[in-house]
Amino acid sequence: MNERADRPGADAGAAGSSRRGFLGVAAAGLAGVMVAPGIRLIEVAQAATGAAAGPTAGANPKVRWGLLIDTTKCASGCTDCVDACNTENGLDPRPTPTSAQWIRKIEIKELRTGRTSSAPMMCQHCASPPCVDVCPTGASFKRADGIVLVDRHTCIGCRYCMMACPYKARSFVHEPLTDQKPDVPRGKGCVESCTLCVHRIDAGGKTTACAEACTKAGHGAIVFGDLNDPASEISQRLREVASVQLRADLRLDTGVRYQGLGA
Amino acid sequence: MTWGRVLAISALVLASLPAPAQERGRTPKPVIEPAKAGTQCIADPATMRREHPRMLEHQRDETVHGGIRGAKASLKACIACHASPATNSVTAAETNFCISCHSYTAVRIDCFECHATKPGPTAFHPIVPAGPQAGAAMRLAAQARQLNGAATIAPADLPGVKP
Repeated sequence: MNERADRPGADAGAAGSSRRGFLGVAAAGLAGVMVAPGIRLIEVAQAATGAAAGPTAGANPKVRWGLLIDTTKCASGCTDCVDACNTENGLDPRPTPTSAQWIRKIEIKELRTGRTSSAPMMCQHCASPPCVDVCPTGASFKRADGIVLVDRHTCIGCRYCMMACPYKARSFVHEPLTDQKPDVPRGKGCVESCTLCVHRIDAGGKTTACAEACTKAGHGAIVFGDLNDPASEISQRLREVASVQLRADLRLDTGVRYQGLGA
Repeated sequence: MTWGRVLAISALVLASLPAPAQERGRTPKPVIEPAKAGTQCIADPATMRREHPRMLEHQRDETVHGGIRGAKASLKACIACHASPATNSVTAAETNFCISCHSYTAVRIDCFECHATKPGPTAFHPIVPAGPQAGAAMRLAAQARQLNGAATIAPADLPGVKP
């Protein structure tokens, strides 16, 4: 600044602007060319949106995703998993009786003994899903990795799948929605349910929002993992502890297992 | 009440017009906003204009059923580059990227009844009518803007249009 003040006005302005201009061009050039060796800003930006990373491999048929819920660790009245699901998927944070519900807490009581248990209920991701059997348009489907989903492009909102599901896992969206997450498109006139956070899994994520929230809160009542991988945490736990499938009599082979219920 | 306001606004706008509307045709030409600086589209404009529905329709099945993400044709990638700098959306205003041409060609798209219109974590969808006269109000606003040569009415000022 002192240097500029010493000079005559016109010269100082010209010199200052040209110096600034040069620095600006140099900075822009550097930013455009290289951030780190071999990486340009445009590639960083595209990687952030997933555009330049190239397509992912897709659902792996060797994998079967599932959950193990330890009801002995699930506290009555705790809704950490439900809240995390609502936040992750852009569901109504304060649900009304007609709001879509992907996961809910249930309290069950053995009438003879009076023993009570609390557990989250969601889509059980059956290997033989009744919702897929009854869907008239093919919108209900099971992915190669065992996740049961609704293709909203094909769903006509007939709600037959809601009737067929023994777990009351599915919801219908009655009202126009306005606050969807980019990763979780949702809209009026379609049936929807727990997706096992499929957008996370496809992006390489190792856990669901509910399991993550439960672990983070210190409860550790939900374990997510690959049922087909004998080395996975969920498979090891299933080998060690007694677990049940809900309504096992229907022989749907659910992907969600419960520990501490039943006998 | 709402129709009364719409008519009052349209009367005001029409009264302030300097030139007759017929010279430029009845239908406003689409405004094609430039994409975000420093980005490159996946194909040339002619191909994109003709083929983008088929590209997206093909990819959506691979993504939803096959779990293949991050492919070349991606609605999220479209939005990331083409969201308006002013509204940060592709549909919030009638001049925004998607809605501009689709209004012109009178092709109603359902994409944004479910899909987010903003590249960020949240989005809003004026394409989903928020009131009984929302659609008419937005069309009127677009015509008014086009005729007047400047944005005189923001959609938020109109009845039944949620900002």
